Amino acid sequence: MGKTISEKIFSNHTGGDVKAGDLVVSSVDFMMGQDGTSPLAIKAFEEIGGKSVLEPARVAMVIDHSAPSPLEGVSNLHTMMREFAGEQGLCLYDIGMGVCHCLLPEQGHVAPGEIVVGADSHTTTYGAINVFSTGVGSTDLAAAMLTGKLWFKVPPTMRIELKGRLPLGIYSKDVALFLAGRITADGATYMAVEYSGEVIQHLSVEARFTISNMAVEMGAKAGLMEADAKTIEWVAGRVDHPFTPVSPDADADYQKILDFDLSDLSPQVAEPHRVDNVKPVEELEGTPIQEAVIGTCTNGRLEDLQIAAALLGGKRVSPDVRLIVAPASRQVLMKAMDLGIAQRLIEAGAAIVTPGCGPCVGTHNGVPSDGESVISTANRNFKGRMGNPKAFIYLASPATVAASAVAGKITDPRRML
Amino acid sequence: MGDSKILTGRAHVFGDDVNTDYIISGRYKFKTLDMNELACHCMEDIDPDFASKVEPGDFIVAGANFGCGSSREQAPLVIKHAGVSAVLASSFARIFFRNAINKGLPVVECDTSQIEPGDDLEVDLSEGKVRNLTRGVEMDIAPLPSVMMDILADGGLTDYLRKHGGFKL
Repeated sequence: MGKTISEKIFSNHTGGDVKAGDLVVSSVDFMMGQDGTSPLAIKAFEEIGGKSVLEPARVAMVIDHSAPSPLEGVSNLHTMMREFAGEQGLCLYDIGMGVCHCLLPEQGHVAPGEIVVGADSHTTTYGAINVFSTGVGSTDLAAAMLTGKLWFKVPPTMRIELKGRLPLGIYSKDVALFLAGRITADGATYMAVEYSGEVIQHLSVEARFTISNMAVEMGAKAGLMEADAKTIEWVAGRVDHPFTPVSPDADADYQKILDFDLSDLSPQVAEPHRVDNVKPVEELEGTPIQEAVIGTCTNGRLEDLQIAAALLGGKRVSPDVRLIVAPASRQVLMKAMDLGIAQRLIEAGAAIVTPGCGPCVGTHNGVPSDGESVISTANRNFKGRMGNPKAFIYLASPATVAASAVAGKITDPRRML
Repeated sequence: MGDSKILTGRAHVFGDDVNTDYIISGRYKFKTLDMNELACHCMEDIDPDFASKVEPGDFIVAGANFGCGSSREQAPLVIKHAGVSAVLASSFARIFFRNAINKGLPVVECDTSQIEPGDDLEVDLSEGKVRNLTRGVEMDIAPLPSVMMDILADGGLTDYLRKHGGFKL
């Protein structure tokens, strides 16, 4: 029996012939913490008795969740990160550099065939470029910083074949939401997901990140794709170390294989307060909204801003709606400026905030008021997620969010294309 | 599971898919490492009175996919600091499960369908049994991988690594 992508990556890293279910201690190629998790990792590192990080060049700390700091308590934790990164010689991305999950691939820290852990659940994002990347807690991050290794249980794999061609106005976010709705919040728990098929082949690398980002919303440990010519070209422009892409064997042993034909997919929207509470936009059109958010590790990349700007071009955001745009990195913002995208968004009425997590995690930058409804390109709509448990969050693609911002109510973007 | 103590307490029952934002909201967790302060907000968005009514030794009991969502280690930490001695659920999200063991909070995977709010429970980690004393029923605990049993027996990953210097399978 052949091997899945996960089994091959773990076999390559451990020098063994490992299968799903095996427990292994594996080297970790890169590790990351953000400002919600790094302070606890630093504390754990010191409690373990750690003096120096084993390989500082393999560690990044990113200040993105509350950036710039809205509170003195946060400021002190940011300072703790800056001091630790300075003492240990770690790579620190300070406020305004962007969201960790946009930065790690963009800055060339992660490459196909590697194992990456991040103290953030959406670390699954890099699976789109063939990286076995998964979220861990702060103490596991501390252990990896100290020893360069972690223990893993090699996961079984769910293979998802996506057939057909996405119709006009349908994007990778609609695919990610559709899958979350079908597979549900725990349908892939503990498994690695392998996404494949015609739909994935036709997506850009940026669009693929959106799908792997949301693998964790189905409980998955990783959201992997094969590295094709597009992946290699994208990575080669950023990574300056050698890497080995991994493909699954034709006779790999999958726990489950699912097939979907997406030729007739509609724009998808997740209703409050569950990511898997997904409906086609037609069923929710007309729902009034007061805030619209474009950005986050799911949909804050250049292509996402481009889609929103194209749809907003020449139109104005409804006077009843606040449109907040948080580019996923400084590089994204600068390219959006070069291409006139940022200007079109601002002219349409958007408020552009610091590159970073923006209002997604409820710390600042657009906390909704009681009873308000928000439509967002983020990946989570739990009650209280954006800082107010009395608000309602709908999740959708950048196009659906932009169209809804113009209309003041949930709107099918295909009406405005 | 390498731990001979028997835990006893009352059940606080929640449903399926209790996410880490519900356990400790993002609007609190970014500003402090003081877990006793954060513990006052444990479960606040789904049960505002939880922190005031929970008593030392009590259990959180839930359905499927407990702890889904973010990787925040504050989630098991605030549960522990709220006085909860173990979380029982029919299934757990994987990062929460791993974090709980790493922080020395017992997480017990078992059939929770026969536990009602306020039931008196006894959790026997060494025998691998949960006993509902109020209803007179007994449930089996799903076994942990050996490395997790070792980490839990040492009181968490920090102490495990201090003792062993690295991971041993």
